[in-house]
Amino acid sequence: MSSGVHQPMATEATTDTSALAAAKRKEFTRSMIELAGMLPVLIVICILFAVLTPNFLTQNNIVNVVRQASINIVLAAGMTFVILTGGIDLAVGSVLGFTAVIAVVVSLIPSISWAAVPVALLAGLLVGVLTGAIIAYIGLPPFIVTLGTYTAIRGAAYLAAGATTVINSKMSFAWIGNGYVGPVPWLVVIALLTIAVSAFILHRTILGVHVYAVGGNAQAARLTGIAVPFVLIFAYGVSGLLSGLAGVMSASRLYSAQGQLGIGYELDAIAAVILGGTSFVGGIGTVFGTLIGALIIAVLNNGLTLMNVSFYWQLVIKGAVIILAVMLDKLRTRGQAG
Amino acid sequence: MSTSTKAGPSSDRPILELRQICKSFPGVRVLKSVGLSVWPGEVHAFMGENGAGKSTLMKILAGAYRADSGEIILDGKPVQFRTPHEARVAGIGIIYQELTVAPNLTVSGNVFLGSELKRFGFIKDTAEMDRKTQEVLNRLGARFKATERAARLAVAEQQQVEIARALFYKSRVLVMDEPTAALSDRETDRLFEVVRQLRSEGLAIIYISHRMAEVYELADRLSVLRDGEYVGELKRSEFSADKVIEMMVGRRLEDFYEHTRHSAGRVVLEVKNMSDGNNRVKNANFQLRQGEVLGLAGLVGAGRTELARLIFGADKRKSGEIYLDGKKLQINQPKDAMRAGIGYVPEDRKLQGVFLQMSSGENITLNILGRCSSGGVLNFKKLTERANAEVKAMRVRTASLKQRAGGLSGGNQQKLLLARWLEINPRVLILDEPTRGVDVGAKAEIYALIQQLLEKGMAVLFISSELPEIVGVCDRVLVMREGEITGEVGGETGIEITQQNIMKFATDVIRSASTNGH
Repeated sequence: MSSGVHQPMATEATTDTSALAAAKRKEFTRSMIELAGMLPVLIVICILFAVLTPNFLTQNNIVNVVRQASINIVLAAGMTFVILTGGIDLAVGSVLGFTAVIAVVVSLIPSISWAAVPVALLAGLLVGVLTGAIIAYIGLPPFIVTLGTYTAIRGAAYLAAGATTVINSKMSFAWIGNGYVGPVPWLVVIALLTIAVSAFILHRTILGVHVYAVGGNAQAARLTGIAVPFVLIFAYGVSGLLSGLAGVMSASRLYSAQGQLGIGYELDAIAAVILGGTSFVGGIGTVFGTLIGALIIAVLNNGLTLMNVSFYWQLVIKGAVIILAVMLDKLRTRGQAG
Repeated sequence: MSTSTKAGPSSDRPILELRQICKSFPGVRVLKSVGLSVWPGEVHAFMGENGAGKSTLMKILAGAYRADSGEIILDGKPVQFRTPHEARVAGIGIIYQELTVAPNLTVSGNVFLGSELKRFGFIKDTAEMDRKTQEVLNRLGARFKATERAARLAVAEQQQVEIARALFYKSRVLVMDEPTAALSDRETDRLFEVVRQLRSEGLAIIYISHRMAEVYELADRLSVLRDGEYVGELKRSEFSADKVIEMMVGRRLEDFYEHTRHSAGRVVLEVKNMSDGNNRVKNANFQLRQGEVLGLAGLVGAGRTELARLIFGADKRKSGEIYLDGKKLQINQPKDAMRAGIGYVPEDRKLQGVFLQMSSGENITLNILGRCSSGGVLNFKKLTERANAEVKAMRVRTASLKQRAGGLSGGNQQKLLLARWLEINPRVLILDEPTRGVDVGAKAEIYALIQQLLEKGMAVLFISSELPEIVGVCDRVLVMREGEITGEVGGETGIEITQQNIMKFATDVIRSASTNGH
């Protein structure tokens, strides 16, 4: 036993080694649990539904579930960056609505209809970067700043739509919302790609390490030469950009958009991130966890609907599951701080 | 000096006994069958290196943790505390190092917090609470009123508020965790008076401290804990520094500061007219030479850390120039200083240095991500290589590179931080209280490391509040007082580096004689 935290005394070698070995086993199981995160919860829920309703475990339904989850997955991936820095982005639903409207409006102008998607993405990115800049340079709390953008961008969405529903039944990017790659919808492909790219950035790049560092200890990050403002702007920029992407996905799925599109989506996105085991104070979490979290929410929605549970009960159950899952998370991570 | 030399019981049985207390956390046995007996009317000093298990034992006593096994006997009866409240009601008062006074409440509001006196069952009886609080404050000899807002009190006074609170719960055992850590000398003297008075009233006081001088002055008896084991106790008549250190470390510390004075090389860093504009650093000028340890001494608040932060670009300076190897630097933020080759190990390790939630490996390699990557994509093989090399060289005691830094002891966290800076091989390394809260063994390792750095041609600016350490480690010492560099000892000054000489400059004893102070 050489890697113990302290050197065992000779007289107690036997008891000490066995205690250490037990502790190591405990440590091992804990790290396995941590790695798996909420995956067991997702699996248990899936098994439950598979037993309870015959229609749940069909190929069609599974594709359906993931497609329904896809937009939340994309929003939640962006939200993961922000929450990892210790912040929050309440505006993602508003930005989704705004960029969806923009995408449709631009697609209706023949001369620039090709620019619908890039313009929507840029709009989302811009909102995110501005939000990040206000938080980073002026030092306002993220909750307040994004509460502001949440409201303002929602207003902008209504304004851009002219308080009506904008429709384009022949939009050039309809394939995003309705096309398939083999049996897999493009929406699903985009969502999974988003997760893969996010995971790559967070776990394989310098920027990713800096995101974790800023979220874990902003003061120490600055004192070790990390450009904290840049990291914050990057995180909120990613959230804005992905909200724009989610806006494009929604618009193309519906062939239309309106000012109230995406109301309340921020809460599902936050729930997915938290369900995925990301710490609300920043610095701890993974985007794979977020994927699992978003899938748990989608499976609950789908399974409960298949079981003909009323919408109102669905809300109650969803809320309870979120609280239970986070309680579970607290239990499994307890004792790691000391 | 000491007012009481009676060592031992003023009653026939201990007021508090801990028997065979064991406690483990995942991977570590923190306490191995620890026992402790405390008698009424004694000050019982409790010593041990950081990580020895003192805080854990105290938290068990306070009801914050539960022991895996063992007994707590209070006044002859076995007790079990499931919550801090139960411990408090039973008569265990704890004064933590970090005070827990609510700043917006009055003194009496704090004292009665959670058990406010009421009239008719629901109206707060402020007058009565003020009156009762004032009685206790008088007894403690406090110089503030029960009606004052806690926010207006000095740290020492807030501490008295906490003591008053403990007395209200009729505490029979008072635990004080490093109570003088944040106090000035004068405040410390006041605290000692209070402690002695409480002792004469028959309280048992468990006094946790690192500082030998305090223990000598105050304690009737001392117990030592090492690596979670009870080493033994000494009566007052048996106290000696050698003995205590030996008990704490488990071996003799032969020549703790093994230091060969270095002949200074050429000037590496030059600071000119540095001021922060807030009078915390006033017009600082100095040179740092290759291969020397330049100490920065002074009392708390003298401006040492502030000066270091200005040099490193952590704070905005109002005026001043920094030259490295004769070239003027533009330093506006820490990143600039780091690029130029200046490293800074900050004073508050947990708040400003270590990333507790990150792994040991990540903590070490944070500054070299650029070098160990291509196109922003990390090369984990290189990173692991570097981290492993540092863990080995610095003898960091970590289970693996993946272990979270938060789970390591203070000394090992400090090694991670040092390793992080050494990886970029700076020309100048600023060490701000590098041994604070670090155990004796790690201290010795840090001193040895500094020697190695000097041999490689690095220059070190060494800030410390511990004078013996400054004297032992530094080749030359600048002394600051109230934002100014008031003197220099060692080097070519011809003044010997001694605690006395440093203190002369640090206080205003020879103010008029040595500088043109205002």
